[in-house]
Amino acid sequence: MAKTISEINEKIKKGKAVVLTAEEMTEFVRKKGVPQAAKEIDVVTTGTFGPMCSSGMYINLGHSKPKIKLGGGSCYLNEVPAYCGFAAVDIYLGCSQVPDSDPRNTIHPGEFRYGGGHVIEDFVAGKDIKLSAKTYGTDCYPRKQLETFINIKDVNEAVLFNLRNAYQNYNVAVNLSEKVIYTYMGVLKPKIGNANYCSAGQLSPLLNDPLYKIVGIGTKIFLGGGQGFVSFQGTQHNPNVERGLNGVPKVPAGTLAVIGDLKQMSAKWLRGTSMLGYGPTLTVGIGIPIPVLDEEIARYTSVGDEEIFAPIVDYSDVYPNAKDGTLGSVSYKELKSGSIKIEGRKVPTASLSSYYKAREIAGILKNWIEKGEFLLTEKVADLPGPNRD
Amino acid sequence: MKITKNIVLKFSREIVDQPIVCKLAKVYDLSFNIIKAYVTPRQEGYLILQVSGRESDLKKGFEYLTESGVKIEPVSQDVVRNEEKCTHCGVCVGICPVGALAVDEDTRKINFYSEKCTACGLCINVCPVRAMEVRF
Ligand code: SF4
Ligand code: SF4
Repeated sequence: MAKTISEINEKIKKGKAVVLTAEEMTEFVRKKGVPQAAKEIDVVTTGTFGPMCSSGMYINLGHSKPKIKLGGGSCYLNEVPAYCGFAAVDIYLGCSQVPDSDPRNTIHPGEFRYGGGHVIEDFVAGKDIKLSAKTYGTDCYPRKQLETFINIKDVNEAVLFNLRNAYQNYNVAVNLSEKVIYTYMGVLKPKIGNANYCSAGQLSPLLNDPLYKIVGIGTKIFLGGGQGFVSFQGTQHNPNVERGLNGVPKVPAGTLAVIGDLKQMSAKWLRGTSMLGYGPTLTVGIGIPIPVLDEEIARYTSVGDEEIFAPIVDYSDVYPNAKDGTLGSVSYKELKSGSIKIEGRKVPTASLSSYYKAREIAGILKNWIEKGEFLLTEKVADLPGPNRD
Repeated sequence: MKITKNIVLKFSREIVDQPIVCKLAKVYDLSFNIIKAYVTPRQEGYLILQVSGRESDLKKGFEYLTESGVKIEPVSQDVVRNEEKCTHCGVCVGICPVGALAVDEDTRKINFYSEKCTACGLCINVCPVRAMEVRF
């Protein structure tokens, strides 16, 4: 019999909800089958911890004396430029932003030791951040310059707002050329010397809800160690892709825009990251609970690494030049084994997203729900799903 | 009196394919053990050698290496992992030439076997959170 989210929430409040991580659910269904799982299990928790370049934070700084209008001026946080095209003291910092003084890729490959993502990590960790701003004065905001230190404790609001996170599936990157390349998928050795992937596979949020039946706008989630929300479909959300019989996309598909109070979050789950020769970014921890309302959801959440396939893409030519074509596809089970076969050759694999940490996130979320600290939400609107034709 | 030294030799891309090291034995009467040898993705060669010989011969041999464009460094640096920083992503696993960084199948943690590590430094800039650090 089908359950509702409010029934499950009642159980959570009484400490009686049965919660499994997506990995445990896969095991459970393998042993006891889908109908039993739908009956016994209330919630499945997922997790992912990987570099997500479309992440950033906005801050309302509060007013200095005399007041300053940053809107229309320029400002820096620890030398990293932040966007201030808003009102007087609202600023936004994207994680891929680079200090003006960084040599970037002029000395190739650039190291990108400190950028927007690192500022976010330091800020969340409670470190003082140097703010320098310059602007024009007005009658109501006379001040033209500001040099000060800001701390997350003292600003009015600090909000993590990521435009595209939690990609549903992703490419496996290889390099067909004769020279090493430095990409957002890591360092790729020549002549398919290695293959890098970036998804938690069977633990990944949207791979456990392939057709967006549960996850939607308003879904409450684990975000950076705190509780946040899905605010919209992410940019480049593309539900209309080739899918397996289980509904799981075979190429990158859905994405999420997420938002949450940065003051609740922790630097453990928001990590400044440097991709050699590419740029800085932020590694973000996300976990999404999926209520097991019926057998269909039980089946989706039982998906295993052997049933999820990712395309192998050449990043020396096909990707940069927007050409079509892949070198085949491969399951996450094979990827996680440490090597895959491409064109008959054994190629070592490595992951950019941490499966170990994804597992930890799913475990933390499970714990929150078991203890009654996290209640599930009903989505308020659907994410765009695949066109039916 | 014979002495023994551990050294790292770095060969630039231009000289990596030249027979430089064998002369140490032939001309300078030194004996050596190759502890580790590899060519990086950028075609630079690394050779970790244990060289023994008379002190005067060692000195001449090292001079010869330097003149041939080989950089000599003592194996005194150590690469360590900052456990607080490591996220266990696994990016380093495919890069480490000697298997000092490897996935544990059960825990999915990335283990660091410092006894295997040759301190080549390749993982340092590749690690996205810069968890691998050089200690001198
Ligand atoms: S690349 Fe860095 S963070 Fe990732 S597993 Fe290796 S040492 Fe740890
Ligand atoms: S320095 Fe890094 S890449 Fe080199 S051997 Fe040690 S662990 Fe491996």
